[in-house]
Amino acid sequence: MSSTPSTTKNTQVQSWREWLNSDTPTSRRQAKLSAWYRAWLALRSNPMAMFGLLILAALVFIALFAPVLAPHDPFEQNLAARLTPPGEGGYILGSDSLGRDILSRLMYGSRITLYIVALVALMAPIVGLLVGTAAGYIGGWLDVVLMRLTDIFLAFPRLVLALAFVSALGAGIENAVLAIVLTAWPPYARIARAETLTIRGADYIHAIKLQGAGTMRVITRHIWPLCISSLIIRVTLDMAGIILTAAGLGFLGLGAQPPSPEWGAMISAGRKFILDHWWVATMPGLAIFTVSLAFNLLGDGLRDVLDPKKNTK
Amino acid sequence: MATTTTIEPGKRRRKPPLFSWIKGISQVLFTVLVTMVGLLFVTFIIGRVMPIDPVLSIVGESATNDVYEAAYRELGLDKPLFMQFLIFLGDVFRGDFGESLLTARPVSEDLIRVFPATLELATVGTIIGVLLGVPLGVIAAVKQGSWIDHLARVVALIGYSMPVFWIGLIGLLVFYGMLGWVGGPGRLDIFYVDVVPSVTGMILVDSLLAGDMVVFKNAVSHIILPAGLLAYYSLAYISRMTRSFMLEQLDQEYITTARVKGLSENAVIWRHALGNVKVPLITVIALSYAGLLEGSVLTETIFAWPGIGLYITTALLSADMNAVLGGTVVVGLVFVCLNIFSDLLYKIFDPRAK
Repeated sequence: MSSTPSTTKNTQVQSWREWLNSDTPTSRRQAKLSAWYRAWLALRSNPMAMFGLLILAALVFIALFAPVLAPHDPFEQNLAARLTPPGEGGYILGSDSLGRDILSRLMYGSRITLYIVALVALMAPIVGLLVGTAAGYIGGWLDVVLMRLTDIFLAFPRLVLALAFVSALGAGIENAVLAIVLTAWPPYARIARAETLTIRGADYIHAIKLQGAGTMRVITRHIWPLCISSLIIRVTLDMAGIILTAAGLGFLGLGAQPPSPEWGAMISAGRKFILDHWWVATMPGLAIFTVSLAFNLLGDGLRDVLDPKKNTK
Repeated sequence: MATTTTIEPGKRRRKPPLFSWIKGISQVLFTVLVTMVGLLFVTFIIGRVMPIDPVLSIVGESATNDVYEAAYRELGLDKPLFMQFLIFLGDVFRGDFGESLLTARPVSEDLIRVFPATLELATVGTIIGVLLGVPLGVIAAVKQGSWIDHLARVVALIGYSMPVFWIGLIGLLVFYGMLGWVGGPGRLDIFYVDVVPSVTGMILVDSLLAGDMVVFKNAVSHIILPAGLLAYYSLAYISRMTRSFMLEQLDQEYITTARVKGLSENAVIWRHALGNVKVPLITVIALSYAGLLEGSVLTETIFAWPGIGLYITTALLSADMNAVLGGTVVVGLVFVCLNIFSDLLYKIFDPRAK
């Protein structure tokens, strides 16, 4: 973290950098921002993580501007041009069995993927946080009951449990999200509980309690904030798994329903033609692979940056 | 112990190992019991919130009210939920999962028929995964930063990012459709089906028992692709874990001692270091095995492999609830058992885990 003074550079940028790199922060905000800045510098020096970040940025961009970027209407059928090979007739990635442009469908499908990932990544850690901190802080029989429950859900094979849930709730994106959340929360609960147990005995918690803070206040204001960073690491590492599970459900016909351009469902639709028209199933698979690879790369990088304990390189 | 009255300070008297073993094992057994009952409860609840009316699916749409009522009572649906759960528990412990709508046979019979196929697939997959994954992980740890370390990393990364059902399709396209190197979907070509008597339900074993090499070869050509695929996933996980376990060991002083002693590098790495990671490694292998039994749901669908995964998904799509619940319970139980097994292994063989 050197802040070499150079006269040629823009002085304002220079002073910002100095302010961020300062060893003696004068305010809480400065300390926080400079911690983030250093994490960002460390992440930036990891080319693989940056590559992952770049792919994800591109994905978000595509999802946002899908209507502008897509060369065709993703739902428009053109039976005359069905199963066109890639590159022919204006279909860059080919067309599917109903003559719909695969590229455009992939672009719109990225919205569904992001939607599912965002919902699960928000809900599962929150459920885990609630369960884990309550179990860890309140303890006693509540701890026993909640942790047994966590173990039971953890003992269940994830995909099979998700399958059973979706079949009980009915197929569809929202239910698939719910099913994935129901299978994904237990690890977060365990992490949150472990963190809570280490924090619970700290002096500052006793100090707050002496000042009259109740259980709710201690948990929400003083324990939650400290659990969040380890949960974030875990979430980024889990994202790829979430995408794969969602795609798996879609593939089995239990996630997004046709004509929705969900990637897993698109592979399933292309399955019948795999031997003669390889591109129909191959392209969405490549999309899933690229995105989950990006999440894995970024997750690895973030873990190295945010969690010095696990830095085994 | 009676004669040794002086206990050195700081040294606590240890309980006899047998006692702590029994204690440890009974604790584990209690956990198993609670977890299994919980698992059954979750399954039971899923079965109850199903939007499908179990009575209607038996008596049909046009049944009169009286018939409906009778069937309703016969299924025990008029009893309180708690009683229903107890009845369900009793049925499960007797191995009675009811009858499948699809096959019109008891679900338990179906499960006994389909499970060996899954077991065969997952076992072959795990064996390949271990044979390749462990050496890869060891070499990656020893030659940290070399090309083989990077290769191991890329292999694992791709394994974590690839949708199994997609790569399965691509595998079929390339190796079956284009190159013709392997057999297609299913366990055997159609003219070899039922040639060898079914003893274990695993065709590889059965054909060997019958001494029929033609069937054996055909079965190998069918299993190699799906098993290779599952093996890749277990390899990705096992090699990663082996690498990090080994790195931890190679830093220890006893490794230096062994080297100073003049042991060959091979003995140091493969006997001493690897010997010390045996227990956690077996745990990892057990977990990956459990993962394969579960992960085979998608693989079996792709390869039309008549195992438990395909059974559950087919049942799901035709709303055959008894079959879904039965299958879920069995997969869950196997999963729990393997988990417990690895836990137990730790407790027994690792003196540090108390």
